[in-house]
Amino acid sequence: MMLLQVQEVTKRFGGLQALSDVTFELPEGQILGLIGPNGAGKTTLFNVLNGVFAPNKGRVIFRGEDITGLPPYDVARRGIARAYQVVRPLNDLTVRENVMVGGCFGRECLSLGQAASGAEEVLAVVGLLDRADQLASSLNVAQKKRLELARALGSRPYLLLLDEVLAGLNPSEIAAMLETIQKIRAGGITILMIEHVMQAVMNVSDRVIVLDYGQVIAEGLPEEVVNNPLVIEAYLGDPKLTQRLIEG
Amino acid sequence: MKTRLRFGYLLPLAIILVWGVWVLLKGEDTLRETTFTVFMFIGMASSLNILLGYTGYVSFGHIVFFGLGGYFGFYLVSQHNLALIPASLAGGALSGALAGLLGLAVLRLRGAYFALATIGINEAARAFVSNFGPFGGATGLFVQFSAYEAYGGAGPALWTTFIYLWLVTLVVLLASSLVKSSRFGLGLMAIREDEDAAMVMGVKAPRAKTIAFMISAFFPGMIGTLYFFKNGNVEPGDAFQLHMSIEALVMIMLGGMGTVFGPMLGAVTYQGLRGYLLTSPIFKSLHLAVSGVFLLVIILFIPAGVVGWIRHRIPLTRKLLE
Ligand SMILES: Nc1ncnc2c1ncn2[C@@H]1O[C@H](COP(=O)(O)OP(=O)(O)OP(=O)(O)O)[C@@H](O)[C@H]1O
Ligand SMILES: [Mg+2]
Repeated sequence: MMLLQVQEVTKRFGGLQALSDVTFELPEGQILGLIGPNGAGKTTLFNVLNGVFAPNKGRVIFRGEDITGLPPYDVARRGIARAYQVVRPLNDLTVRENVMVGGCFGRECLSLGQAASGAEEVLAVVGLLDRADQLASSLNVAQKKRLELARALGSRPYLLLLDEVLAGLNPSEIAAMLETIQKIRAGGITILMIEHVMQAVMNVSDRVIVLDYGQVIAEGLPEEVVNNPLVIEAYLGDPKLTQRLIEG
Repeated sequence: MKTRLRFGYLLPLAIILVWGVWVLLKGEDTLRETTFTVFMFIGMASSLNILLGYTGYVSFGHIVFFGLGGYFGFYLVSQHNLALIPASLAGGALSGALAGLLGLAVLRLRGAYFALATIGINEAARAFVSNFGPFGGATGLFVQFSAYEAYGGAGPALWTTFIYLWLVTLVVLLASSLVKSSRFGLGLMAIREDEDAAMVMGVKAPRAKTIAFMISAFFPGMIGTLYFFKNGNVEPGDAFQLHMSIEALVMIMLGGMGTVFGPMLGAVTYQGLRGYLLTSPIFKSLHLAVSGVFLLVIILFIPAGVVGWIRHRIPLTRKLLE
């Protein structure tokens, strides 16, 4: 079954065309990698998917239902959760409470008690259980990234949007995070992940799509995409990324 | 979690309960009057805290709900001989309803814009009431002496009013505890920390904020009715004093916003301090300026307020103070 169908989604900011006719599908249970140079429109696509921005054109179909233009909280309750690129912890709440917000207001609308025990499980999965009663502001960057993930998972979503959860992590942290992501998928959650760490995307993704200047320029299996001349060209504008692409 | 719920939330209630009983047993008029003012500010600060402390929205003009709700309740008591309890409930309901209507419009504004809008609302309400015939226009309303007879005369009526205020204060503290320890309260605190992220996590921010605004407006309407009834009259100049809003903010900040105990502690401390300032000839004319400086010092040095500071310094107290 198609969990998510994105049809001709277009988003403009003034004169800037951030997304042009973006179309793709995501079957249930897969990990779809979303790559592209800086400013390609990846985060903007997430913002359209979860209702932060309404698209100027196009439709978003989730589990057979048209969710285009719904406010973010209605999208969340239908089962889409998101981890931000720039971490946004609820600083003055504890780590546990952060995750409970996801549980209480996400897809299952749990009671406080249920959300608290759900939070324990999720924190164990991401390895933050021993920090549960600390304030979120006291975590370091790697831990905050994990908290983003835990909070999204706390709502038991059908679809998880991960925006560069590996950025800023060291190699061993990346390995641990990838393991966690695999565990999450094994638990039946479909994942759409934006990533710059090319080797990682290539390893965990079932399929990859490439955005450049708001357009989908390639789509397919990871190995097909890395060898696509259009993709290599798109990345040539950014030597650092080209390097990573080649190394990956 | 359960034991923390019990003690931290029961402490403020227990203090007010004992305090009220003590005043009743003493039976002195001056003690009743000073306690009335303190309870009134505890109620005002604690209600405002539901919006400011839990939800993160600063309402400078919150006194409008005290003034307008109080006016309406007082109007019902003085002009229609309604009993005090239903009248104050009606005053609260009017304030709550007004907040509900305003909430849809002004809670879209964030930060300073919202704070400024609330000042505008207060000034608009003052102008409206000053020209509104049924509320007596600029001269206001008086209570007929006969209205006190239902309570056994003027003296006993003041004691009855005090008891009602005492009960309202207890209910406000209870409401504050219930909100803070509930799922709804968790949503409010998520909004306070990051409204956009909260919405992405599923918190229906527009609705939650409006409900918080309504709760925080309801109690001031009740308190206003009781206060004007105690005074025997109401006029626009008394009802919409912006500086009372500011003082309520100082109390919350002083005690610790976002806590149940903080606004109460702040109200008691600030009232004590103000009592001193008003009797000291040097400070008498300066007391508002002094409270302004006070606010600045709190924001700069103990932004979490006394309760927040203690909780931070002495982890043991986190289980005891909420
Ligand atoms: N709210 C906004 N208002 C105006 N322009 C925006 C807004 N959000 C994004 N943009 C612009 O849209 C374009 C796409 O931005 P987006 O953040 O989606 O890129 P990205 O692919 O996520 O890049 P990165 O890899 O750097 O995170 C950029 O040119 C950006 O400046
Ligand atoms: Mg981005």
